[in-house]
Amino acid sequence: MNFWKKTLPLTIAFCSGWLGIMLDYIPHQASDATMNATTKGLTVVVAIVAFLGIYSLLQMHYVKIKRQNSSWGYSVMIWIGFLFMFIFGVYNSGQWFWNAQVEGATAIDWLYRFIFTPCQATMFSILAFFIASAAYRTFRAKSIEAGILLVCAVIVMFGMVPISGVVWEGFPDAAQWLLDYPNMAVKRAIYFGVALGGISTSLRIIFGIERSYMGGGE
Amino acid sequence: MRKLTVVLFLAFWPFYLLGQEVSVPDGFQAIDKPNDNGQGVILIWKKMSFETDDVTYTPMVAESANGEFYRMDEVPAILNFKSDLPAVFGYDKENADWHAIEVQGFSKMVDGKNQNVFFEPNHTYFFKIAVRLGKNGGDIVSTGEVSTTPVGNLFARQKTNNFLIFIFLLITILTFIHIAKRNSNLFIRKIAGLDAIDDALGRATEMGRSVLFVHGLKSVYEVSTIAAINILGRIAKRVAEFDSQLKVANWDPVIQQVSQETVKESYIEAGRPDAYKEENVYFASSEQFSYAAAIEGLMMREKPAANFYFGYFYAESLLLSETGNAAGSIQIAGTDAFTQIPFFITTCDYTLIGEELYAASAYLSREPKLLGSLKGQDMGKLVLIIILILGTLFTTFGWQGLARMFTSL
Repeated sequence: MNFWKKTLPLTIAFCSGWLGIMLDYIPHQASDATMNATTKGLTVVVAIVAFLGIYSLLQMHYVKIKRQNSSWGYSVMIWIGFLFMFIFGVYNSGQWFWNAQVEGATAIDWLYRFIFTPCQATMFSILAFFIASAAYRTFRAKSIEAGILLVCAVIVMFGMVPISGVVWEGFPDAAQWLLDYPNMAVKRAIYFGVALGGISTSLRIIFGIERSYMGGGE
Repeated sequence: MRKLTVVLFLAFWPFYLLGQEVSVPDGFQAIDKPNDNGQGVILIWKKMSFETDDVTYTPMVAESANGEFYRMDEVPAILNFKSDLPAVFGYDKENADWHAIEVQGFSKMVDGKNQNVFFEPNHTYFFKIAVRLGKNGGDIVSTGEVSTTPVGNLFARQKTNNFLIFIFLLITILTFIHIAKRNSNLFIRKIAGLDAIDDALGRATEMGRSVLFVHGLKSVYEVSTIAAINILGRIAKRVAEFDSQLKVANWDPVIQQVSQETVKESYIEAGRPDAYKEENVYFASSEQFSYAAAIEGLMMREKPAANFYFGYFYAESLLLSETGNAAGSIQIAGTDAFTQIPFFITTCDYTLIGEELYAASAYLSREPKLLGSLKGQDMGKLVLIIILILGTLFTTFGWQGLARMFTSL
């Protein structure tokens, strides 16, 4: 049991980790072929696991409807949405699912363009209001740091609109300077840290030191 | 006599120019591209005095010595120099006087259809070059042909500096892990956001509300997602010990399966396998804003006591965290997405910035070996700071050769 739950996963992590590192430094065609084969294998796994994901989603909402949990009406909408897309996807404008998807003004295309896409756009547009409320909280200058942040933010935001150059021609340059120097320095410092953290995490997993993805134990 | 010379010069000057325009470039060569998979060939030729915006070069390739030559993409004469390929030609000043282009294949008509053909390793190809002035000008094609045989290489030499830094970091991190086994009292600076996790989980237990965990929107093979899953394992164990309820909303079915196993194992590890509910680690949606809508709905309906956002986020970060804030949840975020850090700082109680996301699992476990790796990471950071200072000094004083030791090619 210990072999299947600990030794085998750790061995796979060790071998595939080192393989990934070596492939990055070996430009040979055999290296490319190995990478392509691995990527194809991953695609197959994703395709299989997609069914499990859909099952999980529908099962969870089926249980909510069955138990009539609070807000179970949303679960009904999930099922209706899924069934509509599934039925029209399988029907494929009379060509059925074993043929290539029919392009043009099909039912599934209509559902996607006129129901799904506007819903997505609505969610995205909410972001504008959230940014406004979040900015209001952030820009209350309670401390020196918050004050500096407020001044910088005002310069950058105002410097990005054309009218700033009319008010004072130095605004666009000041905004660009803030982005190119102080902002870039911080950005690169974060990138360095992220790169080192990524290497460190990878090594911990490759050498089997980090095992929390297997349940945390020693 | 002098007048005659002047008249003749003025009369024939345009023909002299024309004669320059129609010449084939000097020094045309084909070489195997070094450090590649055996499909790259580099064509080089000398920059000519007649080159203007209107002049173009067209390389031609044949698959055998007496085979048909196929035209490749036309390249403008004012672009494509050896100096554009420092990984192959280095930084010599003369590189600006030579053209160089990398080619990996060509197109040819097969059964009336245009087909792309990629160079095969260990096969000899033959090249010519044509020069043309203006769109309507005629081609002047080189008479002699040159050949080369591309071969695959076993080591990408242009990554030598990268490889050496990797080996250094590998040795450093492993050394500190070894040191940590003997001396478990390594000092690691406090990370307030991680110290607050227990408080957040305690609050959830007291209030009898759930805890929500979100992974971000990267695939399972991205390091940030793996780091998030590691943290999920730690948090799930604490949740099981506190006898609270953990909900994990996933955007990717693969991550969902991994998360289910991780949470299940953590509950078993905590001695509470009975408390694990598979339906609490569920697939929400693989579309960004549908996923955000699903989680926002959960937040507003169930009002979780604590929300954890760990991983790589895009525009959904503010949608999630602002809704969580409105729902009155304690929020702890950790991301290496530079553009989303300000949004999390604004809306969350604690935010782990960049590398802290990767350090979180080790920090939470307090295991000496994991903390040792953090020390090794810090040592790597110290070396990078020294390299940055040296690189700045070298560049400031014009010692480009030394500065280029640290350049990625």
